[in-house]
Amino acid sequence: MEIGLSHYLTLAAILFTLGTLGIFLNRKNVIVILMSVELILLAVNINLVSFSAFQGIIVGQIFALLVLTVAAAEAAIGLAILVVFYRNRGSIAVEDINAMKG
Amino acid sequence: MSFAAAFFYLFAAVLVGSAFMVISSRNPVYSVLFLILAFVNAAGLFILLGVEFLALILVVVYVGAVAVLFLFVVMMLDVDFVELRQGFLQYLPVGAIVGLIFLAELVLVVGTWISGPGVTVTKTAVMTYPKGNTHAIGQVLYTDYIYFFQIAGFVLLVAMIGAIVLTLRHKANVKRQNISAQVNRMPEDAIKVVKVRPGQGI
Repeated sequence: MEIGLSHYLTLAAILFTLGTLGIFLNRKNVIVILMSVELILLAVNINLVSFSAFQGIIVGQIFALLVLTVAAAEAAIGLAILVVFYRNRGSIAVEDINAMKG
Repeated sequence: MSFAAAFFYLFAAVLVGSAFMVISSRNPVYSVLFLILAFVNAAGLFILLGVEFLALILVVVYVGAVAVLFLFVVMMLDVDFVELRQGFLQYLPVGAIVGLIFLAELVLVVGTWISGPGVTVTKTAVMTYPKGNTHAIGQVLYTDYIYFFQIAGFVLLVAMIGAIVLTLRHKANVKRQNISAQVNRMPEDAIKVVKVRPGQGI
């Protein structure tokens, strides 16, 4: 059986669902939430790359490269904020991040 | 089943399994390690598609930088991760239902799409790049998408400066080098020339 575009799209859909499920289930752990966001961005990348490969247009790979850049920047900033938050509050539980509630 | 199909199913199965372990593992260190496994398998899938440059960038950037950063932060923070897992089972039923509905909708959409006019979707993913995938990306990235490339560079610069500014702190009790004081020091302040007569001392 030939592996077509639908196979890759289904795989990306499963990965995307697992990422969102990870955000649902690990509601208290910011680190696992950030990892779930990385999984979601990986699913997006698989979509872009498979469309690019099956349509013969290379632009999708450029977009995937930009998504990769933004994902790396987001992880760096998110983890830096997490470290500063832990230094100030001594905890990384999501319920404790409510200082802006007023 | 052809050779490529067998490898697709191998990579896809390991990718989905390790992604599941990322979100369900008890220890965040294991989560990071399974994230690395997931990215390596995604790189394998990209190579199957003929997208070699992005596959290797995925390994270099994610496994080399992002996953190590995650591992560093997980190990540096002294957090009781067992306590953070409270409520995992409480959210599991609703989360599973929402996830299943979401997945079903996504698969229904994926299964019934048709391509628009003027778009050809080939049966197989064999793109031929006469001078290689990296060359083809460079031909487009540095010409038509040069502004996007520059903006990506700025995004990385802002992320770097932001991370440094956020985490940098000066402790009060740590002695630091004062360069201007060092440079402004004159010989008169530091040295006293004393003539010592023989047999007398100072």
